Amino acid sequence: MSSESNGNGVESSHVKIPQIKFTKLFINGEFVESLSGKTFETIDPRTGEVIAKISEGDKEDIDLAVKAARQAFDHGPWPRLPGSERRKIMLKFADLIDENVEEIAALDTIDGGKLYHFGKIVEIPSAAENFRYYAGAADKIHGATLKMSRELQAYTLLEPIGVVGHIIPWNFPSQMFVMKVGPTLAAGCTMVVKPAEQTPLSALYYAHLAKLAGLPDGVLNVVTGYGRTAGAAISSHMDIDKVSFTGSTEVGRLVMQAAALSNLKPVSLELGGKSPFIVFDDVDVDKIASLALQGTFYNKGEICVAGSRVFVQEGIYDKFLIKLVEKTKAWVVGDPFDPNVHQGPQVDKNQYERILKFIEIGKKEGATLLAGGKLSNRKGYYIEPTIFTDVSDDMTIAKEEIFGPVMSVLKFKSVEEVIKRANATKYGLAAGIMTNDLNIANRVSRSIRAGVIWINCYFAFDKDLPYGGYKMSGFGRDMGLESLNMYLQVKSVATPIYNSPWL
Amino acid sequence: MTGESNGNLESCFKIPEIKFTKLFINGEFVNSISGKTFESIDSRTEEVIANISEGDKEDVDLAVQVARQAFDNGPWPRLPGSERRNIMLKFADLIDENLEEMAALDTLDAANLYSFGKAVQIHSGAELIRYYAGAADKVHGETLKMSRDLHGYTLVEPIGVVGHIIPWNFPTQMFVMKVGPALAAGCTMVVKPAEQTPLSALYFAYLAKQAGVPDGVINVVTGFGPSVGAAISSHMDIDMVSFTGSTVTGHKVMEAAATSNLKVVSLELGGKSPFIVFNDADVDTIAPLALTACLFNQGQICVAGSRLFVQEGIYDKFLNKLLEEVAKWVVGDPFDPNVHQGPQIDKKQYDKVLSYIEHGKREGATLLTGGKPLDRKGYYIEPTIFTDVTDDMTIAKDEIFGPVMSVMKFKSIEEVIKRANKTKYGLAAGIMTNDMNIANTVSRSLKAGTIWINCYFAFDNDLAVGGYKSSGFGKDMGMDAFHKYFQLKSIATPIYNSPWL
Repeated sequence: MSSESNGNGVESSHVKIPQIKFTKLFINGEFVESLSGKTFETIDPRTGEVIAKISEGDKEDIDLAVKAARQAFDHGPWPRLPGSERRKIMLKFADLIDENVEEIAALDTIDGGKLYHFGKIVEIPSAAENFRYYAGAADKIHGATLKMSRELQAYTLLEPIGVVGHIIPWNFPSQMFVMKVGPTLAAGCTMVVKPAEQTPLSALYYAHLAKLAGLPDGVLNVVTGYGRTAGAAISSHMDIDKVSFTGSTEVGRLVMQAAALSNLKPVSLELGGKSPFIVFDDVDVDKIASLALQGTFYNKGEICVAGSRVFVQEGIYDKFLIKLVEKTKAWVVGDPFDPNVHQGPQVDKNQYERILKFIEIGKKEGATLLAGGKLSNRKGYYIEPTIFTDVSDDMTIAKEEIFGPVMSVLKFKSVEEVIKRANATKYGLAAGIMTNDLNIANRVSRSIRAGVIWINCYFAFDKDLPYGGYKMSGFGRDMGLESLNMYLQVKSVATPIYNSPWL
Repeated sequence: MTGESNGNLESCFKIPEIKFTKLFINGEFVNSISGKTFESIDSRTEEVIANISEGDKEDVDLAVQVARQAFDNGPWPRLPGSERRNIMLKFADLIDENLEEMAALDTLDAANLYSFGKAVQIHSGAELIRYYAGAADKVHGETLKMSRDLHGYTLVEPIGVVGHIIPWNFPTQMFVMKVGPALAAGCTMVVKPAEQTPLSALYFAYLAKQAGVPDGVINVVTGFGPSVGAAISSHMDIDMVSFTGSTVTGHKVMEAAATSNLKVVSLELGGKSPFIVFNDADVDTIAPLALTACLFNQGQICVAGSRLFVQEGIYDKFLNKLLEEVAKWVVGDPFDPNVHQGPQIDKKQYDKVLSYIEHGKREGATLLTGGKPLDRKGYYIEPTIFTDVTDDMTIAKDEIFGPVMSVMKFKSIEEVIKRANKTKYGLAAGIMTNDMNIANTVSRSLKAGTIWINCYFAFDNDLAVGGYKSSGFGKDMGMDAFHKYFQLKSIATPIYNSPWL
């Protein structure tokens, strides 16, 4: 049984829950109510109670935001500034994030159940650093001059794509915001951001900081609201030049469909996963068992790259299970403000109920419940870290993305076998390969159809490492310089040359 | 006649106190081992500004020792690029905070125009540091597709301890152009500023320390070329030397590198760049540009457009406009905001320029204007224009590095391409025409590393500059300069049963 923290809020009483300063839409540099005047509630998953009422945007608000973004793009300064000027403003934005790190971390904790101390020390500063990374790219955007096969002078110009729509999810409100906004700003585009309805708070705070940093009005617009209304309005808008979506595969389909039916705007999708975490016989069981635990339970399992299918080679299978159970006992579930807690509540009632249903299905389909699986007896959307063994590849819990703290452990014999089984999924987001054998590492990393491969590590993210999926986990890359390309379009220019000494 | 300014400005303007006069080694300001000093001269008055520590071989040895320690065992090369970036951003901020003092140092020391330094040059130095800061966290090698079952890739690694030998004409620009990319790459270095202009380099060293650059990463050894410079070029434990200066010295640097440890060399040397004006150019806008191209910074700029080729159709009109413009060209105290041209850097340069002017007269070129030193203290020379210059005259072939322009007439495109290329140099060129085909043909035909079409001195942080032929090799500015401070390691290992190559 895993540990629970009483969450008597010994720590939370020392952490000041921030006053919610920004609850309205941010359009053209101003915080405004939605045209309908409607609001929706954002809930604290620790208690199920309402934190604040947030303006609920709909199609008309998106139209307004797009108008402002279009004006800012076509006529405003942002796309035409030297990259070094955009860089300067983005660096200021990053500094402002660092100056407000505690307040922002607290917002993400009450909005999304995120671990507060981890947010304060790692996640929010990392978001600032992400802005700094892209700031330093803004003044180095290079096309190419080319050698033609006849007397033509030719080159490519990289131009900002235009007005971008970002639909971002609730699992990492800060990371998702900067991962999208960073490269878009550096490229000189303008945008409309729709944060998830579960986690609108930090996005609106960032909008406020952006204005303080000197970002011109209309460049960044934030419209809070629901997917079916505000999100759909973005995907199908005739004057948005590109849409980026991170979220579930089923909604990803809807976004792409809408883009196709409207104006054929380019789409990038970062969707679900059922990533294999593959453990070979030669590993240090103690170290890798800890990593495997992180691989599934980190951020309460609400992470697209979760290594939720743990394949363990038969030679160390029993030893590995013992270690897993031992480490799960030390895994603390409780109030995310408590620095001793490893896992906070699931983000909302929907997710909570969905995960519990998967756990029931797992039991019904005959998997063995090794740990967890029971309801936590406390207020809020808390679920025990749960491990199923004797899982077969065709079980629901082995195929569907659960997006919760539920691990499936599967046994395998050979390299060939595990490659086949790891690839037998519609998803292709990430994979973990745990081995010290050079040839196994090379062979398996090249054979798995996934966009991010972690060898002897997991969740090894980096600002300079592109990240994204294969197959139905989506297409397009976030992070790294690759992501800049998503917000630029390539113009080829050719003109004849006469009497040139060479081609 | 050109305008002169009395330059009685010191009373309105505070000459900064000279705070840093010693060598900067391992994070400390120290006397040279010999205890010797040399004088840094104010070329406006020919008087001594300060006594600066004079380094020699032993001091270079010490500096290299600490740079080596910092590179092999210190944090700098092993830091994440983002941390080098953050320290460099702080460095840039400190430069901006001390803008006026730094501009004044360069004016005192190098006679750079003060108002230009304050408004443009020093901040531009800070911006270049910021440019390279943003490259530090994006250093990419490549993975490659081999033609058989091999996994191949390149790792990009900082080259090591770098020696920078920098000239006196733009002390700030030269310092940041070299130190910026080398720092970002994770290298450590020994910088020898020119003996004529040691002041701002020492100030930068101080600011770098304030910014958090670890001890030993940047070392500054002031002194002379034949001692300090030579010690750097021939040092057995310096991995790379970058030199900007005269072609004559460039030869020596490369030779020393060859006879010592085969260290990598990059050279940015002299030029005799053609400024070519075609018949369709707008005389009113191009004539002032031609003047600036030759006279900027007292002509002490390697990319100076010192050979002005004017097509015969507009030749007379152009000369008239030149004369008109040069009459407005004010020579005087570089602290005076109304002045365009200050004194030459020192007596040696001053004498050299005057001797070239005499050559020009003797060889039969027509002196259109100028040709004399100013009748005042300081190394001031009138802006000088020679016409009827033939390609074989000394003033048409040698780099003068002073405010002396040679004007030549031409007929056709083919002719001017040939004549423009007929030089051992190949640094820059200017092409003034609105005809697209002329622009394309000529820009592709000139053997020079930096071509300016309808502009001149159009520098940019992202635009690499450097020479062809005897103007050197290797680039400064842009990402090409960044790549100089790395070496490439190729790695290959067999792969078995890979689904693809």
